[in-house]
Amino acid sequence: MKVIVPVKRVIDYNVKVRVKADGTGVDLANVKMSMNPFDEIAVEEAIRLKEAGVVEEIVAVSIGVKQAQETLRTALAMGADRAILIVATDDVHQDLEPLAVAKLLKAVVDEEAPQMVICGKQAIDNDMNATGQMLSALLGWSQATFASEVKVEGDSAQVTREVDGGLQTISVKLPAVVSVDLRLNEPRYASLPNIMKAKKKPLEEKTPADYGVDVSPRLTVVSTAEPATRSAGVKVADVAELVAKLKDEAGVL
Amino acid sequence: MTDTPFADPYADIRDAVRQLCADFPGSYWRALDRDHAYPTEFVAALTEAGYLAALIPEAYGGSGLPLAAAAAILEEIHASGGNGGACHAQMYVMGTVLRHGSEAQKAEVLPKVADGRLRLQAFGVTEPTSGTDTGAIRTFARRDGDRYIISGQKIWTSRAEHSDLMVLLARTTPAADCARKTDGLSVFLIDMKAALAEGMSIRPIRTMMNHATTEVFFDDVPVPASTLIGEEGKGFRYILSGMNAERILIAHECIGDARWFLDTATAYAKDREIFGGPIGRNQGVQFPLAKAYAEMRAAALMSERAASLYDAGAPCGAEANMAKMLAADASWAAGNACLQTHGGFGFAEEFDIERKFRETRLYQVAPVSTNLILSYIATHVLGLPRSY
Ligand SMILES: Cc1cc2nc3c(=O)[nH]c(=O)nc-3n(C[C@H](O)[C@H](O)[C@H](O)COP(=O)(O)OP(=O)(O)OC[C@H]3O[C@@H](n4cnc5c(N)ncnc54)[C@H](O)[C@@H]3O)c2cc1C
Repeated sequence: MKVIVPVKRVIDYNVKVRVKADGTGVDLANVKMSMNPFDEIAVEEAIRLKEAGVVEEIVAVSIGVKQAQETLRTALAMGADRAILIVATDDVHQDLEPLAVAKLLKAVVDEEAPQMVICGKQAIDNDMNATGQMLSALLGWSQATFASEVKVEGDSAQVTREVDGGLQTISVKLPAVVSVDLRLNEPRYASLPNIMKAKKKPLEEKTPADYGVDVSPRLTVVSTAEPATRSAGVKVADVAELVAKLKDEAGVL
Repeated sequence: MTDTPFADPYADIRDAVRQLCADFPGSYWRALDRDHAYPTEFVAALTEAGYLAALIPEAYGGSGLPLAAAAAILEEIHASGGNGGACHAQMYVMGTVLRHGSEAQKAEVLPKVADGRLRLQAFGVTEPTSGTDTGAIRTFARRDGDRYIISGQKIWTSRAEHSDLMVLLARTTPAADCARKTDGLSVFLIDMKAALAEGMSIRPIRTMMNHATTEVFFDDVPVPASTLIGEEGKGFRYILSGMNAERILIAHECIGDARWFLDTATAYAKDREIFGGPIGRNQGVQFPLAKAYAEMRAAALMSERAASLYDAGAPCGAEANMAKMLAADASWAAGNACLQTHGGFGFAEEFDIERKFRETRLYQVAPVSTNLILSYIATHVLGLPRSY
């Protein structure tokens, strides 16, 4: 079967994020960008399914700025077979909204007819955790979110989900959208020969207009602010003082 | 820090190397340093990911990339806080076989070097009594029917204990019978296991940093005549082309070190608050870092230039030498500034600075010392008379 893996180019998780002076967002100019770590896990899972003989073809899809082709090359170097880049903006600061992304992905799915879409549960830049769910709704497909284990058996997938109370295992009929969580696998790094091979793998470039999808924003960012810095704590001499402070100053007892 | 130029053709390779190196943090290198142990796991990971075969042509199982790509790989290892010294030679020592070996030697050796089955990362040139003066080496290989009998001693033969094969430079015609003393030298590809069984011995040398270097003794060691690379007597020329590659790669390791020192120092200078503000706001702290940064960038330009000349097959002796000298100076200046920026903490092992500081000091001396580079520029480029 064929699998589609959407991958997003996001600010590298090692970069210390800085809010732009005008508060419209996070400063992304000249900042190291990488593949969303959850998407790496999704790519890895697709590759493992391919290595297990369940999957024949892996198509990586990225939607965003043209530079996202680097992200796609990374997916190709890890082991995806081909890639589709939908250039939806030329502004690195424009974050496409989940609904627009889901509509575009639906259009790609309609064209490619995969049996599964494996995506990250959320992107680490905006933490929306919405695209996978929206996509399954638009497609009318089953969904299995926060996967920590994926097993494909015939025309269904058994997915173990990380939920608040613990683990839940569900069986979903294919085709399905699976969103992956942190503990599903440990993504491989691309080897040098595969990085070189990836340069020759097909990467198709499209625009939202090709799919007839309107990506104009529906949300307005009102403000962006850095989290408050932690203020210093106080040392207490003994338990009695701690209890007193909790009672009188913090008012929590 | 956005050091890498805008249109870096190896950005993807750099990224992937850094990702691999992230699995080998400072604590990994510190533990090895304490025990002077070989970074086996790190070398295995690099080998498995194909990096050490970057320069080997695709026909022999490598990636067939230019020297500039290998340079980017080593630079990123050093910029990540690691050290390529344990295995960088696996990338380039094979060049002697590739350029001057017979088709049979290449077909036998290169595919196995490419996938790591054979480690060809020992290079025996330096001797105790003829350091820089390569023409004065005394290790002698005497022809005896279909074999050579080798006797003599090498020193600073790094990674000899971690190599299956060694490229050895030995005299085959007495210097007295040669027009020039760099004539009459030949290169051999020594099978270490066979030689160890036949009179070769290896003695490790403990050094100031964790570097698997050794002395190698040859006590009438017979080797098949088929181990000779190229023609007898032309060995000096064969190793010269390899030395340019080595210098360019080492220059990039130094640039990686300098980047690590500057990243580390800059982060600390922003963070450390003394007298009610970050120490990095004081120009006394800023300027040594700014200067080292400028020196690093200048050295990087020379190193990139040397690599592109090398890759174009153009003469690059002067550039390779200057790159190595400028980069080694830049990494040393950056290391010193980084240590100073950290004050007392720079001396604590936990910060990795003192380790990198010891490691990068080597490049003032090996593989060629600064004085000898200056002498090369003075005599070969400026046309001044030689002092020796
Ligand atoms: C850790 C380490 C690893 C090494 N690995 C290898 C290896 O794998 N294979 C290998 O073959 N070699 C290796 N070397 C040897 C290295 O290449 C030599 O140490 C280096 O070339 C200098 O030679 P020397 O130590 O004999 O110094 P010498 O030649 O004795 O020089 C001593 C000093 O005198 C200076 N000097 C000498 N002649 C002149 C002159 N004419 N004018 C001005 N100054 C001069 C030099 O610059 C130097 O500072 C290694 C060395 C070290 C320390």
